[in-house]
Amino acid sequence: MSTLDVVRVIVPERSYRNELRAIKIVWLRELIRTRKDRLGMVTSLVQPLLFLFVLGSGLGSTTFIYPGILCMSVMFTAIFSAATIVWDREFGFLREMMVAPVRRSSIVIGKCLGGATVASLQGVILIVLAPLADVSYSVPLVLGIFGLMLLLSFAMTAFGVMLAVRIKQMQSFMRLTQMLIMPMFFISGALFPVTELPGWLAFLNRLDPITYAVDPMRRLVLGGDTPGVTWFGWPVPAGLEVLMIAVLGLIMLAIAVWEFSDTE
Amino acid sequence: MCLQSLYVYSHMIEVNDLRKAFGDVEAVRGVSFSVAAGEVFGFLGPNGAGKTTTINMLCTLAKPTSGSATVAGHDVASERDDVRRHIGLVFQDPTLDGHLTAGQNLKLHAELYGVPSELVAPRMEQVLTMVGLMDRRGHEVKTFSGGMRRRLEIARGLMHSPRVLFLDEPTIGLDPQTRSSIWRYIHELREREEITIFMTTHYMDEAEFCDRIAIMDQGQIVALDTPAALKAQVGADRIKIETEDDDAALEALHPYDAKRSEGGIAFYVPEGAQFVPRLFAELEVPITSVSVSRPSLDDVFMSFTGKTIRDAESAPDGNRMIMRAMTGRR
Repeated sequence: MSTLDVVRVIVPERSYRNELRAIKIVWLRELIRTRKDRLGMVTSLVQPLLFLFVLGSGLGSTTFIYPGILCMSVMFTAIFSAATIVWDREFGFLREMMVAPVRRSSIVIGKCLGGATVASLQGVILIVLAPLADVSYSVPLVLGIFGLMLLLSFAMTAFGVMLAVRIKQMQSFMRLTQMLIMPMFFISGALFPVTELPGWLAFLNRLDPITYAVDPMRRLVLGGDTPGVTWFGWPVPAGLEVLMIAVLGLIMLAIAVWEFSDTE
Repeated sequence: MCLQSLYVYSHMIEVNDLRKAFGDVEAVRGVSFSVAAGEVFGFLGPNGAGKTTTINMLCTLAKPTSGSATVAGHDVASERDDVRRHIGLVFQDPTLDGHLTAGQNLKLHAELYGVPSELVAPRMEQVLTMVGLMDRRGHEVKTFSGGMRRRLEIARGLMHSPRVLFLDEPTIGLDPQTRSSIWRYIHELREREEITIFMTTHYMDEAEFCDRIAIMDQGQIVALDTPAALKAQVGADRIKIETEDDDAALEALHPYDAKRSEGGIAFYVPEGAQFVPRLFAELEVPITSVSVSRPSLDDVFMSFTGKTIRDAESAPDGNRMIMRAMTGRR
């Protein structure tokens, strides 16, 4: 091959188009990696199914906890997706992304969108299983559930990335997230009604952000006949709950971006 | 535009009193040098000498504590993105995604660097062919050997036609055959593409391939020139003898500053070949073997730092503290 044949690339200056390309490829990488990890997909379904059918049947309320289990599945998958940042750091790949001439925010956004997509696709399997939990399909129901799952998984991935930027070891990350996620999940009322709680638990429940993801999901699945979350007797509208999750997600995304830009 | 690029091409890298401290430990203690376009420039020094820290500052991965540096005409501190667009990097530690195929790794790189879509495929073919991995394009990287991964990293670093390619210890931990093939790529590369190569190594024999080398020790450049000029500066041949009574021989050779070395005695004289007959005639201790060697880069390193590169690596001095300070930081 002679010198004349050399394909010469000129790297363009920073532009929104390039940032979009970067977001897209980071997002795509998450999907490619998930597609290859079939075992991971199967194992991450075991826990939600166990909760749904064993615990649900035991308590005699599969339908009631179904929305909570949807949230649980999404939460854990999303957090695990964020954990890949810690892997990427350990295996050096993070560096390849850090030195690229793109904004760090593009990388974080791509990562969060990737985590959200993967977690929501996982959730689709649970939506398919809805009839087994005595939930009947309707188009608005399925779209609503999927939309809520996207939102929750995006917020959860942002939360995970925010933690993952600071943590250098996988084990510490796993321990920390277990310590945070399990209480958040239990307190949220994913497994029980939140109307008749003892005072201390009701207080914690109203502070737990997951409460406001589980509640609209439950209202959607169970229809109008479920008493939702109240603040001092005032029923919190589902729209406000969704807004809270969205805003929290964006705040955590902003923190994650800021932390990420700060690391050398 | 013309003047601008002329300027850029005359000094691809310019470094002025660059320093980096981690807490109390200064890893890089004021280095200055410039690298011309098209040069192969090497940083030679033991582990912990500050080579990697310097390279990290030049490729915008670490912020200098003080001093300044430009790469391809852009300031590494204030124009980070402009620097990044023009450099390719091959790190000491692997930075590939093992779950992706070789092609996917390169594609990801091309997307991150904004390589025009129509050039991605031809450029990929070119760089993969160069490192002999074209037929492995569709294989997952985790199935690759260490040498193949390093070659793939070099290919990836070239995907966006960088003006400067930084190679941090590109051949470390590789077998001699792979090492020499990597050097072959580097030579091919400079013939084919307008590229400047900045590399670090602690292999003396590899430093010989560089146009110029800077010897770094304890955060400072102690010598900088072409390998030939550096050897000429040492200007002396090394004579190594083995005798029946080393103590007496050492005493007798005291004027030549003789030292014990690897089971014998070594010292330097300007004209080795002519000195040997005198040695046999005048030294009263029986000599069992003698060897004369022209100066090597090992000798150059020795004469500038007072130790061999291996000694410098095993010395329990500031190096380890720097390492500790580096790993201890957040």
